[in-house]
Amino acid sequence: MKTNQFFKTSLIAISAYAVAFVFAVPYLHMLTTATKPDDELFMIPASYVPSNWQWNNFIETFNNAPIATYLKNSVIISLAATLVVLVVALPAAYYVARFKFRGRAVFLLLVLVTQMLSPVALVVGIYREVVTLGLVNTYTSLVLVSAAFNLAFAIWIMAGFFASIPSEIEDAAFIDGCSRFMALRKITIPLALPGIATALIFTFIAAWNEFVIALTLTSTVEKRPLTVGINTFIGQYQVQWNYLFAAAFISIIPVVILFGLIQKWLVSGLTAGSIK
Amino acid sequence: MSNLKFRSDKKFRRPPLGAWPWITPAIILIATWVFWPAFEMVRTSFREVSRSGLILGYVGFQNYAELLARPELVTIFARTFFWVIIIVFFTAIISLPLASLLNQKFPGLTVVRWFIILPWAASVFSTALTFNWMLNGYYGFFNRLLVDLKIIDDPIDWLGYPAVALAWMVAVAVFVSLPFTSFVLLAGLQTIPNEIREAAQVDGSSPWRTYWRIIFPLLRPALLVALVINLINVFNNFPIIWVITQGGPGNSTDVTTTFMYKLAFRMQEMGQSAALATFNFVIIFLFILLFLRVSGWRKQNEN
Repeated sequence: MKTNQFFKTSLIAISAYAVAFVFAVPYLHMLTTATKPDDELFMIPASYVPSNWQWNNFIETFNNAPIATYLKNSVIISLAATLVVLVVALPAAYYVARFKFRGRAVFLLLVLVTQMLSPVALVVGIYREVVTLGLVNTYTSLVLVSAAFNLAFAIWIMAGFFASIPSEIEDAAFIDGCSRFMALRKITIPLALPGIATALIFTFIAAWNEFVIALTLTSTVEKRPLTVGINTFIGQYQVQWNYLFAAAFISIIPVVILFGLIQKWLVSGLTAGSIK
Repeated sequence: MSNLKFRSDKKFRRPPLGAWPWITPAIILIATWVFWPAFEMVRTSFREVSRSGLILGYVGFQNYAELLARPELVTIFARTFFWVIIIVFFTAIISLPLASLLNQKFPGLTVVRWFIILPWAASVFSTALTFNWMLNGYYGFFNRLLVDLKIIDDPIDWLGYPAVALAWMVAVAVFVSLPFTSFVLLAGLQTIPNEIREAAQVDGSSPWRTYWRIIFPLLRPALLVALVINLINVFNNFPIIWVITQGGPGNSTDVTTTFMYKLAFRMQEMGQSAALATFNFVIIFLFILLFLRVSGWRKQNEN
């Protein structure tokens, strides 16, 4: 019986490792292409791994295209969008989780509809609006669009966490003479921190990975985030895929790490919001 | 969002100004960047916009008429329809066993889950970019691999034939859809108490039978929600086709989102693009209604 169990577990583990490997293939390919020397890129047939690993390409790519500027833009836009979401979503999530009020159902419906829409569906409208406001090629437009489209998810996750914290704890703080803001700051927010962190990291990742709006609204190198920057790389030069993938690989490292950190809460948050 | 519990307990102190100070910033952000663009888009669809972006006035349904008169439009709608259905179908078929696999206990589970998350975390843009290069007819990884495995005799120009290119892009779209769907299903599986499985086992039910008779029906709500969200995401997808074929050769691999983009920013037909976007918008709204039904949202929030 025991050996049978061992055999079964091994079989499951091996198939899981195989699946994991398949999922990793495109990203491993990104890495092996990034580290190929120039003359090996256009070999027929392609080589699986570089004959001579050029780790230097990760540095060279910065000299080859304005990657540093793109990277800076991505960081600024994503951080600013995350900050906006924090300031806007947190109070809304808290209130929705704690109180019943007139229009609560309407507000939740509004949030849900936003959750279902994506910037792609509205790209023409967003473009027209940004032209009207004179915000073409600015950080502001990119930040606010990313913030707006990620707001719903952030409210959803944070509200779930706030709702799971008994309000008696806050009541006790009030009796001890705390104001609501003090109770929030000292008790509720620290307890809801995993939820808040999850919502913020998710916003950061979505803003970091955003492509269509940035493609439409940026026209100069100075304002382009990494995704669009890498894309223009393709048109402008004889495509040097090794540098291109070095840049792309650099762009996915922070998000993959962040995503791993929130793995657990992200999934429970997703289902808490939609199922049951 | 549907199951948020709130305290109607009167003793819990309500802030003096009510809900508005707390929710107004959110309403403003949503109104300015989701509802205003939606309004602007519908309005543009009834207007003539010059190539330089000047508004030349209202033209009624002329943009719609011109859009519908385009010979490629029917094909693009049909292609979009099949594109979405096929991707959602295959994503479901693969996600179900994948979720069950991730629900098992074995050494290295966390690391395996991390790998499965990769296509979700990495931008769809960079994943599509990688596949673009892997599918290159001369220097691509897939040609090397498939020739080595003796599956094909000679390298193939995968992206040169619309049908072949589309098939590959479906595969890429399924690939990037799998993490989300599998994880929602995984979370669904984890809400099923182990006692149910054990009870079925004691009663002599085979694992296969237990799965289909007991586990799958319990998983159905999670599956439906995952499917509808996936449906909306795939319908809204843009980078996969844009990065791999740009809808080409010609318009032979365009879907509504890529064609919309071309109309607006390549052909400078802003009005027609807005008209197409308005059609898309209506379709997404129908999906949202479907979602609300499927998730039983209304029932739980009627109060």
